This record gives sequence, C-alpha cells and structure tokens, in this order.
Amino acid sequence: MGQFIQQLINGLTLGAVYGLIALGYTMVYGIIGMINFAHGDIYMVSAIISVTALTLMSAFGISSVPLVLALVLIIAIGFTSVYGWAVERTAYRPLRNASRLAPLISAIGMSIFLQNMVQVSQGARVKPVPTLIPGGLELFTHNGFSVHLAYTQIMICVVTVVLMVAFTGLITRTSFGRQQRACEQDRTMASLLGIDVDKTISYTFMLGAALAAVAGVMVTVYYGVVDFSIGFVAGIKAFTAAVLGGVGSLPGAMLGGVLIGLIESYWSAYLSPEYKDVATFAILILVLMFRPSGLLGRPEVEKV
Amino acid sequence: MSAAHSLPLADRLKDAVRIGIVALLLGIPMLGLTTADQGGGLQVLTRWPLLAQFVGVVFFGRLILQWLVSHFQLRKLQRQRVAAKTAVVQQRPWLKWLGRVALAFAIVLPMAFSGNRYVIDTATTVLIYVMLGWGLNVVVGLAGLLDLGYVAFYAVGAYSYGLLSTLFGWGFWETLPVAGGMAALFGVLLGWPTLRLRGDYLAIVTLGFGEIIRIILVNWTDFSGGPNGINSIPRPSFFGLEFKPPGDTPTFAAFFHLEYSADHRVTFLYYLILVLALLTNVFVSRLRRLPVGMAWEAVREDELACKALGINVTGVKLSAYAIGAMLGGFAGVFFAARQGFISPESFVFSESATILAIVVLGGRGSQLGVVFAALLLVVLPELGRDFSDYRMLLFGAAMVLIMVWRPGGLVARREPTIQIDTPAAQGATP
Repeated sequence: MGQFIQQLINGLTLGAVYGLIALGYTMVYGIIGMINFAHGDIYMVSAIISVTALTLMSAFGISSVPLVLALVLIIAIGFTSVYGWAVERTAYRPLRNASRLAPLISAIGMSIFLQNMVQVSQGARVKPVPTLIPGGLELFTHNGFSVHLAYTQIMICVVTVVLMVAFTGLITRTSFGRQQRACEQDRTMASLLGIDVDKTISYTFMLGAALAAVAGVMVTVYYGVVDFSIGFVAGIKAFTAAVLGGVGSLPGAMLGGVLIGLIESYWSAYLSPEYKDVATFAILILVLMFRPSGLLGRPEVEKV
Repeated sequence: MSAAHSLPLADRLKDAVRIGIVALLLGIPMLGLTTADQGGGLQVLTRWPLLAQFVGVVFFGRLILQWLVSHFQLRKLQRQRVAAKTAVVQQRPWLKWLGRVALAFAIVLPMAFSGNRYVIDTATTVLIYVMLGWGLNVVVGLAGLLDLGYVAFYAVGAYSYGLLSTLFGWGFWETLPVAGGMAALFGVLLGWPTLRLRGDYLAIVTLGFGEIIRIILVNWTDFSGGPNGINSIPRPSFFGLEFKPPGDTPTFAAFFHLEYSADHRVTFLYYLILVLALLTNVFVSRLRRLPVGMAWEAVREDELACKALGINVTGVKLSAYAIGAMLGGFAGVFFAARQGFISPESFVFSESATILAIVVLGGRGSQLGVVFAALLLVVLPELGRDFSDYRMLLFGAAMVLIMVWRPGGLVARREPTIQIDTPAAQGATP
C-alpha cells in the first residue's frame, strides 16, 4: 500500500514532466504535421542551460530559493526558445513543402547535431547540481514503509498545473491562440485571411521550446544530475505520451504524459526497472495498432 | 527573387546583424559559458573569445551567403528562362559508366593495396554499409516506408550467427540463409502491426522496435551475454579451408601452397562482402522490374490509388519489409563473422541513423547513390580522425544541410523504374 502510493506520487511527478514535453510535440504536429524529432534535445539543452544558470546563481551568492527558481526559469525559457526558433528556421522552414520524409530526416540530423554540440561544448560528463529545495513531507507510515512527498515534487506538480491553465487560456482565448488554431486547420486559408503563417509557426516552436525548457529546469532541480544524452529517451517517451493522448490534442498530451509516467514508475517498482523503456515502446506500438488517433484525438481522414 | 539581388547594402547589413544577434543568444549558454567540476562542485567558466569568434563567423558568413544566394539565384532564373523551351528528360549515361568504374575499382582494390591492411579493412566497412544501404533502400527508397530501426535486423543476423556458431558449431554458409530467414521473420513481425501507420508514425514505431531489441540484448544475459556480448565467433572458411597457420586441419595457405599470411583472410573477407553486396544489388535491381517491385514503387507514390486498383497493399509492404530485413540480416552475419565479437554496443540508434542517412543522402531509390554516400560517411570520419569529437556533430549538420539543399538526395530524383514512353508523358515528368 505504502509502495503503491509512493509510486503514484513519483509517477505523477514524472508524468508532469513528460506532459510538458509532449505539449511541444503535439502543438508542432498539429500545426505543420511533422514530428519534431529534435524536441527532446531542446529539452536537454534547457536542462544544461539551467545547470549553468543555477551554478551562476550560487556564484553570485543569490540564495533565496523562489528568486533563484524564477531567475533560472526565465533564463532557461529565454535561451531555449531562441533554440526552438533557430531549429525551425534552419532545419524545417526550407522544407515546408517537401515530401514528408525530408523534414523528418533533417529533424533527426538536428537532434544528432544538438546532442553532439552540447557534448563538445559542455563536456560529456554528468553535471551534478546541489539540491535546491531539500526535504519534504512524510505523509504516513504503513507496515514500516514511509511515504514521502518531496517539496520538489509539489513544486513540479504546481508549476505544471499553473502552466497548463495559462497555456490553455493562451490557446483558447487570445488572438495568437486563434491564429494558431486557424493555421492548424487550414494553413492556406489562414494565410488568405491575413494571418502570417510563418510567424505563427515560429511562435509555436518557441512556445513548445519554452514548455520543454520548464520541463528541463524541473528535471534538473528534481534529479540533480544532467548530461547531454538525456534528450533522446525523454523525447521518445514524451512523443509516446503525445500519441497516447492523441496527437494534436493539448489535454491529451498532458493525460498521456501522466499515464506514461505512472506506467513507468509502477513498472520499475513491481516488474523490472531494466525493461521500463521496453514497456513505453510496447505501449506506443499497441496504441498505434489499436487506436491510432489516441485517447482524446480525432481520427484523421485521409484525403486524396 | 530578383528583388533580393537589388537589396541595398544597408539592408543586408541589418539582416546580418539580426542573424548575429541570434547567434549571440544561441552561443551564450553553450559557447560563452560552461560548467566544469573543479574540486567538489561545479564552477562556471567563461569563454568569451570563442563566443566572439563564433558570432563573427556567423555575421560574415551570412553576408557572404546573402551575396552568393542573390548572385546565383539570378543566374539560375535566367538559365531557367532559356531552358524552359527545350525541356527534355535528361538521360544520364555517365552515371552508368561511373558505376562500372566503381565496380572495376572495387575488384582491383585488394591487389592495388595488397599488404595495406588498413585500406582493405576500411573498404570492407564501406561495403558493409553499402550492403545495409541497399537493403534499407528496398524499404525506404522503393516502398517509401521510413524505417528508423533497421539496425535491429542487422542485430538479428549478427546474433543468429553468433549464437548458432558458438552454441551449435554452425558454419558461416549454413547460418547465412537461416539468419536471413530469421531477420525476414522479424521484419514481418514488425511490419504486421505497423502497416496501418503513415510515414512518420511508422518511423517512431520502428525506432521503438529497434530499441526494444537492443534493450533485450543488453538485459537478457543468459541468452545474449548481455553487455559483454558474444566472444570468439568462428571466422568463415574458404569452402572448408580455414585461414589459420598450418596445423592439423586443412588450411587455405597449405592447400594453395602459399606461405601463410594474415592478409589472406582480410582479402577473403573483402571479396566475400563484395560478392554479397553485388548479389544484393542484382537481386534488388531484378526485383524492381518484377511486379512486386513495381507494386512497391506504386505504393510509395500513392497508397490510396493502389488500394483502389486492387493491389494488396498489406502484402506489398510486408514483402518490402521482409526482403529489406533479410538483406540486413545477411549483412549482420557477415559483420559477426568479420569481427569475431559482437555486443549490443554495435547496434545503437545512431547506427540506424547512419544507414538511413546513407540511403537518403544517396537519393532514395538510387543504387549508385548509396555507394557514394556510404563512401562519404565512412571515409570522411576515417580521414578526420583528429576531429573524432566533431564527427557526429558534422554528421548531424551534414544531414540537415543536405536535406535542405537537396530534399531528394544527391543522385536520384525519384524516377519511376518504368514509365509510359510517349513524348507527352516524357514532357510531363521532367
């Protein structure tokens, strides 16, 4: 029982992170219909940036935790969205009207490039950061197993929920959100109605990168270790989350993220931690076999 | 586009400044700042000169690029205007000759470089990638199914030979068809559930499949030896004659009354993979002209139309998967036999990405393009060993740039193998 609740907490935390990354996949897929393979690496870039930012803060002697967190978030979001913009501009925009395979391959190239760029410029070794928010609550003890809820976990869940609400508001209520949804439905029509499609797509990439940046900061604070290779697996899992929830659906991405996080932590706890990635991939294959449109997605109609 | 040519200098400078600012923002967290572990904790190190160099290169690079682009685009436009009147489908006979020259070179290579083991070893590696590229070309180039987990079939072939030979004493030639069949079976197993998926979903699923195979190989220690892999895999023999110093068993050197030399085996392995690769090429080129090959290309071009015409799309895709996987399996058997040692390390995702890059850079569907791309991707890193840190970095950048520059690949434009031979049809497919 204690173990079960503990894994529920861990799984929800992990799922919140996956969900934040998955939002980027889903938005980009919705608007230009391609898998942004480099998105996982954008998340990794942000984790590395947040390590640098955290170290800078301690070098400057800033010790107030909320201030540090806010500054690191701002720095990471700012720089990472420039990365998101640059990736779209160099690797995807020139291929807007090419065959489906071309942008996917340039995305894979971009992913390899980013990963190795960070390895070369920041070093291949794991980067540890000191714990920012120590401690937590001990919820209860059951049969000698005490259930912990770390403050970091509370922070991750709160930040994710706040972001989700703000983000949903942005998409459903603002003029940018309307433009974005218009581009999603019909790019040509949207451009005829005076929407700057290229600009909207650029902003979408920046927004996706910003969400991934938040996930990167959270993971750095939560685990305390980051290296250049974390992007690949996290990217695949977030993509699985996006597919599970239904690609193109924003609540679906969050739901998928939470489900993947829960499955992963229960699988690790009760079955075998070595095969936890196999579980994710197996779910991906099963979902695509039996429900390709995901849990909350609309089935796609193939047009001639 | 001609407007770009007449862009005043001030505007071009403004543009370059804008790009320079972006470069600065990109560079600050990665080049300008870094963290290093110095006695107990991370310390921030600054590298402002490096950042300044980077921004400078980007700024002037942008200016030059702008100038080049506007200069050449104008030229291109003029040429197009002239060329439009005489648009004829260009046959490229020189490509055929280039292929023949490459083949002749491949055959004489071990004689030209006899004794130079390094050259022959590298050439063998190139040929393995050529063979893998040709195998993947069936799936990606002909059938248009994007496969990011091709290395799984390579692994199936390699482990089939590794296990069958070390556990049951099977020889290379006996294992070859069995391993090919195993890989084909895996191809069908993977293909079956994913047939309903479109291009990019399929890519992710195949990637997941490749990772599953690798994770199983790493963790199922009883079966595969885990991360330690399989050691002392027997080498292939020349019709039963082994490549060993003279001893009890008949050896190659003794049979042909030669003095024993380790180079014999290296040369033999080179010719073995050359023959395997050429067989693959002939096999695939023949298949292209059979109904199944035409069906592959038809499915690639328009799946919906194929369905409407009553083509069994499922069967067509599965056959492409099975044949592509089988060829990958053959290459895997050769790999295991050549190395004598295999471990999951050899079958990681970047390997799949390399093979895919070979197919895509070569031009999907082009057999000769695969050869050049394999040569490029294997030999360039060998030449630049000093840059080994930057190898994958440049590799990724090259993948992006080549895609942006030529989305169809270096050699081929996706030309159908057959087309109706009327002047009207020729004019319609430039």
